[in-house]
Amino acid sequence: MSILGSRVVRREDPSLLRGEGRYVANLSLDRPLFACFVISPFAHATFSQITIEDALAVPGVRHVLRASDLTAKPIPSAIRDRPDGARPILAIDRVRYVGEPVALVLADSPEAAYDGAELVYADFDPLDAVIDPEEALTDATRLFPGGSNVFSSSQVEPDPHLFDGADVVVSERLINQRLAPCSLETRAMAAVPTPDGRLVIYSSTQSAHGLKRTLTRCLDIDDDVIIVRALDVGGGFGAKVTVYPEDVAIAAAALKTGRGIKWTEDRGRSMLGLVHGRAQIQNVELGATKDGTLVGYRLHVIQDCGAYPAFGAVLPTLTCLMAQGTYAIPKVETSYVSVATNTTPISAYRGAGRPEAAAAIERMMDRLALELDMDPVELRRRNLIPKNAFPLRTQTGANYDVGDYLLALDSVCEHAGYAQLRDEQRRRRVNQAPLQLGIGVAVYVEITNGGGSSEYGRVQVQDDGSVLAYSGTSPHGQGHATAWSMLVANELGVSLDQVQVITGDTDLVPRGVGTFGSRSLQTGGVAVAQAAREVSIRAKRVAAAILEASEADIQLGIGGAFVHGSPSMTIDWSTLARRAKEIDDPLDISLDFDPEDATFPFGAHLAVVEVDTETGQTQLVALTAVDDAGKILNPLLAEGQVHGGLAQGIAQALLEEFRYGDDGTPLTPNFADYSVISAPELTSFTLIHQETPTFMNPLGAKGIGESGTIGATPAVWNAVIDAISHRGVRHINLPLTPHKIVEALN
Amino acid sequence: MRVEVTVNGQERVADVEPRTLLVHLLREHFALTGTNVGCDTSSCGACTVLLDGESVKSCTVLAAQADGRAVTTIEGLADLDGTLHPLQRAFQENHALQCGYCTPGMVMVSMSILAEHDTLDEATVREGLEGNLCRCTGYHNIVKAVLAAKEAMGASR
Repeated sequence: MSILGSRVVRREDPSLLRGEGRYVANLSLDRPLFACFVISPFAHATFSQITIEDALAVPGVRHVLRASDLTAKPIPSAIRDRPDGARPILAIDRVRYVGEPVALVLADSPEAAYDGAELVYADFDPLDAVIDPEEALTDATRLFPGGSNVFSSSQVEPDPHLFDGADVVVSERLINQRLAPCSLETRAMAAVPTPDGRLVIYSSTQSAHGLKRTLTRCLDIDDDVIIVRALDVGGGFGAKVTVYPEDVAIAAAALKTGRGIKWTEDRGRSMLGLVHGRAQIQNVELGATKDGTLVGYRLHVIQDCGAYPAFGAVLPTLTCLMAQGTYAIPKVETSYVSVATNTTPISAYRGAGRPEAAAAIERMMDRLALELDMDPVELRRRNLIPKNAFPLRTQTGANYDVGDYLLALDSVCEHAGYAQLRDEQRRRRVNQAPLQLGIGVAVYVEITNGGGSSEYGRVQVQDDGSVLAYSGTSPHGQGHATAWSMLVANELGVSLDQVQVITGDTDLVPRGVGTFGSRSLQTGGVAVAQAAREVSIRAKRVAAAILEASEADIQLGIGGAFVHGSPSMTIDWSTLARRAKEIDDPLDISLDFDPEDATFPFGAHLAVVEVDTETGQTQLVALTAVDDAGKILNPLLAEGQVHGGLAQGIAQALLEEFRYGDDGTPLTPNFADYSVISAPELTSFTLIHQETPTFMNPLGAKGIGESGTIGATPAVWNAVIDAISHRGVRHINLPLTPHKIVEALN
Repeated sequence: MRVEVTVNGQERVADVEPRTLLVHLLREHFALTGTNVGCDTSSCGACTVLLDGESVKSCTVLAAQADGRAVTTIEGLADLDGTLHPLQRAFQENHALQCGYCTPGMVMVSMSILAEHDTLDEATVREGLEGNLCRCTGYHNIVKAVLAAKEAMGASR
């Protein structure tokens, strides 16, 4: 029986559980210098001089580096026709957000580096800051003197007939608020020059190869200088795909000083330095006939990019691509504008553009249901794309592979007891109970491995008979060592312990893209599985020759290759590997898996909340979820991904928001002020199994890393409004804090 | 100043500055890097250890306050041969960790939740975990692991 689909516990856990995690902060380097960045205290300011003498006088401080002291090119703008948006490695004459790195202090101890950083002075001349993206659109205050705050936008001529035939059109201005990713490990890097002129970078990154590529370009050095190693990475959630100016500065400083450098930032700096996510204003209109048939949908996104055009500037293209969601809508019109503000740059955060799309359409479906006086589940049922319509190309150009949206919705309603919940809600409404019950549903579809990018895999049987699996994607909590071993074991018949998985090392793995966009298994996993399949074919060929048997009769197992029915005739893996090498047919296959297109996981979430109509406090009572990501390799790991995503999605609905004052001062720059959700605020989740395999890859797998986040936010959003809609409340923007709820009720 | 601490059953001595925090004593003076630091506001609990058997956030305790007392860190739970403690095993079996960064703190606070309650239910475990943040698991499997450990440890007694 195949190991695929089994609940295999993780191989990586024992060492992590014994406190042997190899996070950057835990690495022991030989007398490193410790780094601390001097950051901008202003959201927008110019400066001409940085005074470093006082800092240099601090015992233990060795270097204070400014932009002019480093040889490094800026990190290129994500928008090609706005090269002026490139991020300087250290600020040159202007700062554009609080937290922007201005200078780098290197010292013999972390304490001395921090003390030194306190004594670096720039002669800042504050400018007006622009924080509100709609205000930024006016260009009254410009971040880049030579160009508009608008980095990019789509040109769409509004269709005057979009809602022709509609009896009802609902419109809303939705806020998909700015969030901080909050990986428990902050950004961290160690850069160690070697005697032979190379530079080894240990980094908490989601993409070792991406980091190497950008460092090599920015430092303008040969391709063989830098080796990046991602050992244990303490969470990323998309934010550690970005290559940061601080990364380049540390690497440049190591090359300049010839010393090993260690950088681990504190939480306060991380809340400002690690990119933020979401940050959209959405103007939305949805029209339908009286019987609830959708007629048209319009979505205009104003994307706050933060101070520099990073991936955030292109996020709304994903939101627009996925605007239509799970529904058959005859006309869909999307447009966006990406605009700079004096805030932390926006980039990928779990879901990255798709949660925003799902939240918009799903919130509006409930809004429409209220207007039509129709049950929101019934309204959805009438408009879901039927399962026989796949594959299909949406109005916005997405190629949905496969789906069964109605099944997902029906089973989530059945498991949650939808009808009984409505009865209970009616009772509480009649009794005017202070604790009102809310039921919220969201049916979502998302895109994973967007762009359909390829990934590298290699499987090699070593002379000692053990198996190495190399992969271009690396983990930051997903469990690659376990999952990839299962894939290899499935093909070669070996045990998991016989397989060693090698990831996140640019010296050992020649190329790779990384772990983000829920792409890892359907690209990197498939590549490893295919390489293992090729190795198994070779192993059988070699064994057949030695055993003088037919290849078709050869089977592979823990002990090696044997003839079917005659297990005594076995050639062990070590012999096979050496023999294969001798005849120039080595058990060593490298390949890239290059899927034709992206995949489109989907699901339905149902949230039940209790809203205290006196205090405005919301308690999540239950969350039931179907997340269909095609074939599941390891349900234990897949469910773990969903749980984490659900928590972050719920947190966006109820708690989290990164806020700024009007002058650009961050108001939530630490874990005391930014509400990371905790255990008592959540409940145990009910997950319902559903698998609709994709044809995009031989494993039939889609991505599962972000799904939870995508369905949960609108489900909880709808549930809270549902709890108080009988009191006339139609809409409240996120996060749904007690204050806003009380305000809406009064 | 000189501090004498029993760490995971061993007498340890260090000469530290008075401002040194317990977490830095453990990580830098004793090279016990299993205890991670996740914030600077005592919010996340990644640095939780046991001080005389009770869970404390070691970023909020001075090394000096631990003088003459017993500290248990994550390194002190498994057997010398690496065999996991029943609670650690429950974490693995229930997939209660992903990136692993909050895990040492989660395990240590769970040790004290287990010690403080003869019987446990989900609500009690969730209350007990309130001061420890995890960004990966949504707490679902951590809660499950603590409840499973209670059962396993009860059975073995």
